[in-house]
Amino acid sequence: MKILIIEDEPQMLDTMRQSLEREHYTVEAVSDFKSASDKIGTYTYDCILLDIGLPDGNGLELLKQLKEQGHEDGVIIVSAKDSLDDRLTGLDLGADDYLPKPFHMAELHARVKAVLRRRNFDGNTTIEIGNLIINPENRTVKMEGSELVFNRKEYDILMYLVTNKNRLVTKTALAEHVWGDHIDQSDSFDFIYSQIKNLRKKLEKATLKVEAVYGVGYKLEIE
Amino acid sequence: MRLLNYTTKYLAFVLLILLTIWAVIFYFAMLDEIYDSLDDGLENQKLLMVQRAGDDASILTQNDPEFKKHIYNFTSISKANYQNFEESYRDTLMYMRNEKDYEPVRIYESAVAFGDDHYKLKIITSMVEVDDLVEHMILYLAGLYTLLIISILLLNNLLLRRIWRPFYHLITQLKNFRIEKNTALLIPESNIEEFNLLNTTVDRLIKKSTESYISQKHFIENASHELQTPLAISINKLELFLETNDLSDAQLKNLSAVMDNLSKLTRLNKSLLLLSKIENHQFEEEATIDFRTLTEKILADFEDMAAHKKMRFVTSSNGTLKHTINNDLAVVLLTNLIKNALVHGKKNEDIQIKITSDRWQIRNFGSMVELDKKSVFSRFKKSTGRENSTGLGLAIAKAISDKYSLTLHYRFEGAHIFELLVPVSK
Repeated sequence: MKILIIEDEPQMLDTMRQSLEREHYTVEAVSDFKSASDKIGTYTYDCILLDIGLPDGNGLELLKQLKEQGHEDGVIIVSAKDSLDDRLTGLDLGADDYLPKPFHMAELHARVKAVLRRRNFDGNTTIEIGNLIINPENRTVKMEGSELVFNRKEYDILMYLVTNKNRLVTKTALAEHVWGDHIDQSDSFDFIYSQIKNLRKKLEKATLKVEAVYGVGYKLEIE
Repeated sequence: MRLLNYTTKYLAFVLLILLTIWAVIFYFAMLDEIYDSLDDGLENQKLLMVQRAGDDASILTQNDPEFKKHIYNFTSISKANYQNFEESYRDTLMYMRNEKDYEPVRIYESAVAFGDDHYKLKIITSMVEVDDLVEHMILYLAGLYTLLIISILLLNNLLLRRIWRPFYHLITQLKNFRIEKNTALLIPESNIEEFNLLNTTVDRLIKKSTESYISQKHFIENASHELQTPLAISINKLELFLETNDLSDAQLKNLSAVMDNLSKLTRLNKSLLLLSKIENHQFEEEATIDFRTLTEKILADFEDMAAHKKMRFVTSSNGTLKHTINNDLAVVLLTNLIKNALVHGKKNEDIQIKITSDRWQIRNFGSMVELDKKSVFSRFKKSTGRENSTGLGLAIAKAISDKYSLTLHYRFEGAHIFELLVPVSK
C-alpha cells in the first residue's frame, strides 16, 4: 500500500509517517505544493493525506489536478481549518474524507483503512481477525460460523479497535469516534468502561482480547 | 422622565416661587398706591369742605358723628386742641347697607379754623376690600401660572422637540446598535454645535470599538488556528510514544495526565474557534429543524453517560417545535444544554426535557443554590470543582440562540431550568 503525505509542518509529517510506517505501508512525504504536484503527476497512490493549507498553494488545487488527470487515488484532506466550505468543496472535488486537526493517530488509521478498504476490495470487504470474520458492509460479526450480536456502540468500539489492532487506542480517541465529537466535555470517560466490559463478555470465546492500558486506553490483542 | 419634561418640572417650580414673591410685592405696592390716592382724595375733600363752610356755615353744626347723612362731620374743639392737633388717616369698619355687612372705610381727621372757632373735621371714604383683593389676586395669579406652564409645555414639545430631534435620532440608533452586527450609524447633520460634536464623537467611538471588536475576533480566530498544529503534534507524538515504549504504570499515569490536559486544551481551542465562527457568521446554511427529532438523536449519544451516572432523560413533548437554523449549530446548541444538565445534574435524578410548540426546556436537579443569572452565560464562567469543563458550553449556546433570535434563559425553581423560547414563525 502506498501512501503520500502532503504536509508542510515537518514535525506533523514526521509523526504521521512514523505511525503509518508501523502499519507497514510504503510512505512518501512532501511538504510543498510544487513537489506534491510533481509527485501526484508522476505516481499513483492508494491514499493521499492532503494538508490543504500549504505555504505555496491551496491543496484543493491538487485535488483538481488529480481529477483532471483521471487519477483515482484515495484522498483524505487534513486541515487545521475545519471549515465547512473547505470540507464541502473538498468532498465535491472527489476527496474521500476530511479530517480536522488535531486528530488522534487511531482516528487517522481508521480513516486511512476505510479509504483503502473502499478502494481495494470492491465488493469483498470482510475483515478476518483472529477467529472472527467481520463484514463492515452489513455490520455483522461471525465467530467460527455463528453470528455474534453486538449493539451499535459495541460494534463501533470493536471495529475501531480492530482497525487499530495491536496499537494503543486512547480513551479520548475512542469516545470521540464512537460517541461523537460532542461527548468531549464530560467529566471523564468512565462510562466507556461498561461498554468495554460488555464487549469483553461477548468476545469471551474469541481469540481477541481487549487489554486495558493503565489510565490511558485500550489495546486489541490477537492471541 | 424625558429631558423635555424634566426642564419643565424645574421651570414650574421656579415659576411658582417667583410668582408668589412677585404677588406679595405687587400686592403691597398696589395697596400703597390705593391708600395714596384715597388720602389725596380725602385731603382734596377737606379743602372743598372748608370752602363750602365759608358759603354755608350750617354744615359746621350738623352734628352727624355716625355719618348717617353726610360723609363728613365737624366737631368744635378748643384752641389748644387745635394747635396740638395732628392730622391722621386710619381704617375702620362701617356698616354698609348695600353689602349688609361691615366694610372697611378710611377716615381722615383734621383740624380747621374759621376765625376764632376751631373745628375737628372727619371725612370718610369707602375703602378697597383687602380680603376680596387678595382672593382675586390669587385667582388671577393661578390663572397666569397655569397659562405659563401650558405655554411652556407646548413650546417645549413643539419647539424643543424639533431642536432635539437629531439627539433623539442618535439615541434611537444607539439603542438598536449591536457591535457584532457591524452596522454603521446614520449620523444626522445638525446646525447645533453641541449635537454635531456629540454625533462625531459617537461616530468615532463606535468606529473605534467596532475596529477593536473585529481585530479581537480575528485575533482569537487566528490564535486558535495557530494552536491547532502544535496541539496535533503534541498529541500525536505522545500517542506514538505510548505505543512504541513499554511503560510502567506510574509512567503511564503521568503521561495520561498530560494527554488529558492536551485534550482539554484541544476542546477549549475548538470551542473558542466555534464561538468566533458563530460570531463571524460562518454558518450561513439554514434548514428547518424539528427540535424533537434532533433531541432524540442527541439523547441517544448521551445515553451511556447518563446510565453511568444513573440518570435518566424524561422527554415529554406537546406540539411540534420547528425553527430555521443551521443544522450543525442546532446540534451544538441542544448538545451543550443537554451536556450541561448531565454534567451538573445530581446522580440518581431524572433530567426532564419538555418540548412545546414555542419552547424547549431542560430541567435538572443539582446543587440547591441558584446560579447567577447574569453571568451564567458568560465565557469561562465555571462552577467550582469542574476542572474538565471549558466554561464555554453555555456561552456557545447563548451565542447560537442570539444568532437565530431564540431566547435562552435560566431560572431556578428547586431545579435548574434552561429554557429556549422560539419565536412563533410567520
